[in-house]
Amino acid sequence: MSKAWVFGDNVDTDALAPGKYMKLGIEDIAKHCLESVDPAFATRVEHGDVVVGGRNFGLGSSREQAAAALRHLGVEAVVAISFAGLFYRNALNLGLAVLTCPKAARIRAGDALQIDAEAGEIRNKTTGETLACEPIPSHLMEMVRDGGLLPHLEKRMAQTGSGR
Amino acid sequence: MAQTLAQKLVARAAARSTVAPGEIVTCKVDLAMMHDSGGPRRVKPMLERLRAKVWDPKKVVVITDHYLPADDAESRSIIATAREWVREVGVERFHDGEGICHVVLPERGYLKPGMFAVGGDSHSPTGGAFGAYMFGIGSTEMLGVLVTGEIWLKVPHTIAMEFGGALPDGVAAKDVMLFLIGRFGMDGGQYQAVEYRGEAIGRLDMQERMTLANMTAELGGQAGLVSPDTVTAEFLSAAGAGEVEVDAWQSDADAQTLAHHHFDAADIAPQVAAPDSPANSAAAESYGGTRVNVAYVGACTGAKLADLRMAARILKGRKAAKGVRLMVAPASLRDQQHAEREGTLGILMDAGAELLPNTCGACAGYGSNQFGADVVAISTTARNFKGRMGAPASRIYLGSPYTVAASAVAGRICDPREMLKP
Repeated sequence: MSKAWVFGDNVDTDALAPGKYMKLGIEDIAKHCLESVDPAFATRVEHGDVVVGGRNFGLGSSREQAAAALRHLGVEAVVAISFAGLFYRNALNLGLAVLTCPKAARIRAGDALQIDAEAGEIRNKTTGETLACEPIPSHLMEMVRDGGLLPHLEKRMAQTGSGR
Repeated sequence: MAQTLAQKLVARAAARSTVAPGEIVTCKVDLAMMHDSGGPRRVKPMLERLRAKVWDPKKVVVITDHYLPADDAESRSIIATAREWVREVGVERFHDGEGICHVVLPERGYLKPGMFAVGGDSHSPTGGAFGAYMFGIGSTEMLGVLVTGEIWLKVPHTIAMEFGGALPDGVAAKDVMLFLIGRFGMDGGQYQAVEYRGEAIGRLDMQERMTLANMTAELGGQAGLVSPDTVTAEFLSAAGAGEVEVDAWQSDADAQTLAHHHFDAADIAPQVAAPDSPANSAAAESYGGTRVNVAYVGACTGAKLADLRMAARILKGRKAAKGVRLMVAPASLRDQQHAEREGTLGILMDAGAELLPNTCGACAGYGSNQFGADVVAISTTARNFKGRMGAPASRIYLGSPYTVAASAVAGRICDPREMLKP
């Protein structure tokens, strides 16, 4: 069962992957993920937890370490009312499920969530509510199932035998 | 079917006669730009894992700007990786320490109207100033482009921002963008194409148009476009791009837009965005009295030659106030050299400016030049998110080069137009 970590609107990439640690590897960047908003997050978040945001989650930089840090910490999915387009693409490319949920604000910190990314559904076990999400675009679903763009390309190239 | 400029650009790249907003298409990439941070150090190991080659090294541009000066072991390693990789792969268009990627790319004549380009940086929409479709992507998506030469795109709607008339003296493209971001929010662009049009836009020089397109990132658009015209053609010809086609790359008059906003440019006043968001913008005079101890003229957004000239118009014969650190990091080496030849740089130095390298510098918050907790800065950069430029307690206000220069002189935020009066 996933526990919800709730943040507000406009969670930016400088908060997710602070610039001063960008020269380091993802394990070090992840230690500082969201520290300017919630200093306890990176140490307390548990494998399978869900990050819930408001509007325009992930705005700012193209640095995909913003999504990679969440994945590195074991975050199962990010649910938000809306996403910045660049973060949304990056997250799916890295195999991190991102669910656009118009009613994300109904989720409270600590709620137990069950996420069905394929069906585009969130079941809130704490409140008994089911929240509908916009589906992940169908042309990207195979890539997401493969775990992101890199393993997806790896699979495709193994199939076609082309190393181009 | 009538098409917007964005649709025409995407249709060409997708080898289609027309495209409709919302369609998913696959586009061939004409140019892929990377910098040292999101580029070679990230894509090299992924290419090796796939045992894949770069689809066309001639279409790749690599520019170092984030980790220069390389003043620690990690930065040196990142820069060394970039240098080695371009040699291995055969990327000839490599610019090392010559300025910030978004400014170097067009000054070398690499962008042309009609192109479809991607950049490994969120300010890549800057290229849209030249009538090219250009947007930012992450490193893994860049890997996909490097391997296949293609990328998927949801055909964007167009949001038209039309400015009639002319901007008043002392009001710049930066003010236009802070005004729009304050009005529509950082998601106002809805990840669609934002097209800047109208008489006031046509009057802007290329570097001012670049500022509009650049800050489309903060407006939340995928691309920021300006239709090419004779100003574009002359700039590119001087940059060595040769003759370029401009007539084909205009929105049809009857093409559908998602929204079409009309403004009178004469109504725009100098804007300042307060911490911690570019959307916290209001007329500069409403922050009058806020004391500052740093005035930063830097970044692709705010330290091009056109920006340095604005700052110099204010600073000529004046000095930064006591207790204000005036920092100037020209956005490219060529712009700095030009500013030096014509005397612009001298004016800034006489005003007490501290000259910094032609890199992203404090704007990216990556290097050693980080703002401390006691800093209250007014900056020509694009973003003032909490902690971006250093300590989370530092306070960053954003303004145009005029406003930053005037605030440096006054020691507090002010409307620069007072200092432009004869």
